[in-house]
Parts: sequence; structure tokens; C-alpha cells
Amino acid sequence: MAEFPQGSVGLVQPQTQHFDTPLLLANGRVLPEYQIVYETYGQLNTDKSNAVLICHALSGDHHAAGFYDGEEAQPGWWNNYIGPGKAINTDDFFVISINNLGGCNGSTGPLTVNKETGKPWGANFPTLRVRDWVESQRHLADLLGIECWAAIVGGSLGGMQAMRWAIEYPERVGHCIAIASALKLTAQNIAFNETARQAIMADPEFFGGNYNERGTIPRHGLAVARMIGHITYLSGDGMGEKFGRELRSGSFSLGCNDPLEFEIESYLRYQGAKFSTQFDANTYILMTRALDYFDLAREYQDNAVDAFSRATCKFLVISFTTDWRFSPKRSKEIVQALLHAKKSVSYAEIESSYGHDAFLVPNMRYNAVFSSFMKNITVDIERCNSSLQGEH
Amino acid sequence: MRIDLGIISSYIKTNQDVLDLGCGDGALLSLLRDQKNINGVGLENDHEKITECIEKNIAVVEHDLNKGLQQFDSNSYDVVIMTLAIQAMQRPDHVLDEMLRIGNECIVTFPNFGHWRARLHLMFYGKMPVSDLLPYQWYDTPNIHFCTVKDFENLCAEKNISIIHKDMVYENNNTSFLCRTYPNLFSETAIYHLTRN
Repeated sequence: MAEFPQGSVGLVQPQTQHFDTPLLLANGRVLPEYQIVYETYGQLNTDKSNAVLICHALSGDHHAAGFYDGEEAQPGWWNNYIGPGKAINTDDFFVISINNLGGCNGSTGPLTVNKETGKPWGANFPTLRVRDWVESQRHLADLLGIECWAAIVGGSLGGMQAMRWAIEYPERVGHCIAIASALKLTAQNIAFNETARQAIMADPEFFGGNYNERGTIPRHGLAVARMIGHITYLSGDGMGEKFGRELRSGSFSLGCNDPLEFEIESYLRYQGAKFSTQFDANTYILMTRALDYFDLAREYQDNAVDAFSRATCKFLVISFTTDWRFSPKRSKEIVQALLHAKKSVSYAEIESSYGHDAFLVPNMRYNAVFSSFMKNITVDIERCNSSLQGEH
Repeated sequence: MRIDLGIISSYIKTNQDVLDLGCGDGALLSLLRDQKNINGVGLENDHEKITECIEKNIAVVEHDLNKGLQQFDSNSYDVVIMTLAIQAMQRPDHVLDEMLRIGNECIVTFPNFGHWRARLHLMFYGKMPVSDLLPYQWYDTPNIHFCTVKDFENLCAEKNISIIHKDMVYENNNTSFLCRTYPNLFSETAIYHLTRN
């Protein structure tokens, strides 16, 4: 029996849920059937009021906490904040983490075989929007008997899902936590995504997205896409502190003609190469497009205040000082719209040198704010339960 | 309970929308929530106090008040409150204008610099007063715009601001005869409930 670090949910196992009911997508297309892979941590209470939904970001998946059997090293991507005694305390909450539709880690996506053609969906997989994920997550919630989430929590693209939930299904969301997120992407942000997509599409192994049929992977293009992403997730200062101009190999000594490589080059290449064998290129394109298309207020006369006026939950918004991909300014736009809509919102801007990645990294103040807010949710649940019992 | 908070609560009507500028640890907002069922939010810049607010289940938004309040719509709150902070603002007069733009009413409290101990301190020692209530030296104090009860009322008159209520507090007590008769000399903390209407 493996030993797990303190505060870990320990050994976890993904589950799969198949849905036969067709899913009508925002773009008008229909997914005739689909499956969702998810993990759960903690125990669902008897009245099913302590469920927390974790929404993942661009390259995340359902493995948010704990460890898989037989694997030594890497815990889930948000293990720092999910576990017994952690911000999302699994002693109090029943946590569900879903691999989004269109993903490449088990949920139906471009890698799945399309039963109509007998071939993988590949580039023909429908384009998805954030609201499609909310719909599929809602179907899973229905199946599990969760009428109202105690909280929906997400960073970056995950925050967009949490906010979409809050305004589309207000009666089903108790608390919404949007971390390092935005009401919509800026032109600069879309530009980075398009550059990443073009890197993938320019790879000769891409074959218009149907690389699976050809038995290839656009490894190089996906690696470059990841490198571009990675640069924008770090802060300039953070990168400088970590890598500076250190050389991995070679020397600038006069007369020395050995090949030169900076540490940052080696690091980015390693990250790109690793990612390119673990992630699917079509999913990367699909996820970045969903990010680009997201505009919380589009269906509400482009007015975020009108959009949020539908919400009934309490909000927590968090940003990080050196995050320039989803800067504090973007989070403040969320906060302002919520204040104008007279919604309960708390906001903290956390000092960190980790850029956009800061939402994944241990940080005392972030943890204090996040934990305090979550702790009050348990109080709200208990109050709600006792008032319900009082009615009977 | 701090008496100034109780007095402020007495000015507030049930279910009002309240914005607390510089809400500190959220003590006032949680009192108003419990006593008056308000919809409240606080603005605060101190990291630890922000966490304390969240611990109390008080909505708090991290914001530096000296960066202004232009993001708030006019008449968007019933009451805007600022307790013991207006003397630390770069332009207290502008803050007052903003509070009465955003709120239909506002409540301001400040340490009265006309208090007899402050006067005596300056008169006998010839130095800026340092006390339990104002424990700073002149060079490190956040309180850059001290005023007396008289100064404040003159400013309100100039700005056509009417006083709905005012209360003076001395040693956690607002019933003292001296405090009521000679507020500018005996009150430590002045509490004003104001409006433009």
C-alpha cells in the first residue's frame, strides 16, 4: 500500500458515464451520444447539498487531486487546493471533477470514434462553446441527483464555466468561484491562441486534423503551441528569476564554437515535447476556440450587468498580480459587473510571481482567502439544512 | 460592542444597500447584517483584513480608496459609510462628494482633532498629539488630513450637505453632558449622517 502525503485524497479512480440522450450544441449540431469521465473526492451528504464542481482550464482534465495506482510522481493538477483540510476540504465537500466534452482524456472528443463513420471524429468533431460544457455537466448533475451545487469553482477557462453556470442555472449554484478568469478574451489573448493553432495546422503531420487516420501526430506543431502558451502563462519576472540567461550547454568563451542552448530554450522544448505526446491537437484547437468564443454577456445585449442580474449565488473572484494573460483588470471587470448587478462578491488580488499559472501554485494569501470562503459555504449548507429540517 | 458602530446601526434602515469604504475587518457590516439585514459590501486594501471579512462571511472587494470610486454608478447605494478613514484620504472633500454621489445618504466618522487632550498636547508639549486613539508620529501617520468637529461642519455647510443625525462619542459613551454641550472639545469620535437632498 502506497503512502500518500498528508492532505491528499489518496488513491483515486476515474469513472465513466455514458449518455444516450442527444446533446443539442450551441452551434446547432447534435452529439447523438457521448460519455463523460470524472473523478470524485469526499462523500456526498444525505441531502446532496455539499457537492462542488471543479471546472478545468485549457489543458486540464478530470484528474484534479490524488494519485493513480502504480504511478509514483504526479498528483492531480489542483492537488494543492483539493484534499482533507485544504481550501476545497474533502472532509466537508463532495468534489466532482469532470473531463470536458471535446477533451482527450476519456470524455467524448476528437479522438472518439464517430459511430456514423466508423472513424475518429478528428477535425469533424463539433466546435464547442462553454455553454455546451455547462449543459453536459448539468446532465451529469441530474444523474447524480445534485440539484444545487454548493459551489462551482474554476480557474481561467474553468472560471468561465463557473460564471456561465451561475447565470444560466441560477437556482442550481450556491457559490461561484472564478479565479484568474475574464468576461471575455481580449484581442491579444485571441491572437496568442490563433498563433498556437496555426503552429499546429502548419505541421505537415496534421493532415487537416485527420492525423489519426494517417497514424501520425502533429507533434512538432503541438509542442510549439504549448511553448507559446507556456510563455504567456508565466510572468516575465518569474521567468527571469527561474532561468535568467543561464546556459544549459555551450559557452560564450572566445574561440568556443560548441552549440549554445539557454536554460529557457531547453525548458520550453522539454515542456512542449512532453505535452505533444500527452495531449490531442484537435482538442487543443477546440479548447482554445471555446476560450476565444466565450463572451459571458453576448446573449444579454452585451451587458455583463444584465447577464449577472440573473445570478443568485455568492461570488468570489481572485486574480494574480503578475498574470498578464488573464490580468487583474479582467477580474475587476467581473467584480464591477457583479457590484452593479447588486450581487454578493468578494475580490482579492494576490501577489505572486507565477503569472497565470499562479492559480495552481501554493500561495499563503490565496489559500487563506480561498479556504475562508469555502469554510463559510459549509456554514451556509448547515444553516440551509437545519432550516429545511425545521420546516418538516 | 463599540458604541460608534451601534450609533451607525441606529441610522440604518432595514434591508438597505450599504457600501462601506475601508470596511476593515467587517465588524460594522456584520453588525448591520445581523441587526438590519442589509445588503452590504466593503472595500478594503489591507490583505489581512480582507481575509477577516471573508471569514465573517462579509462581501469585501480589494480596492485602494485613493484610486477613486468612479467605477460606481451614481445613486447605486442607499448609504455609503466611511468610518475613521476620511482623515487618511488624499482629498477628504472629494471623497465626501463621491460618497454622496454614489449613495443617497452617507455616514462619516472621524477622530475629532479638537478634543481637549489633543489641544493640551499641542499647547503644553508643542508637539503633534500621540495618543492611544492616534498612536502615530507625524511622519508615519496615515492620518494626513485631521479636522475638528467645527472644521467638518463648515465643510458640509460650504457644500450644501445637510446633517440628518450627528453623535459625539467620548470614552465609548455618547451620553456625557460635556460631550453633548461642548462636542468640539470633549468628543473623541464624531459621527455624521449626511445627505444632499
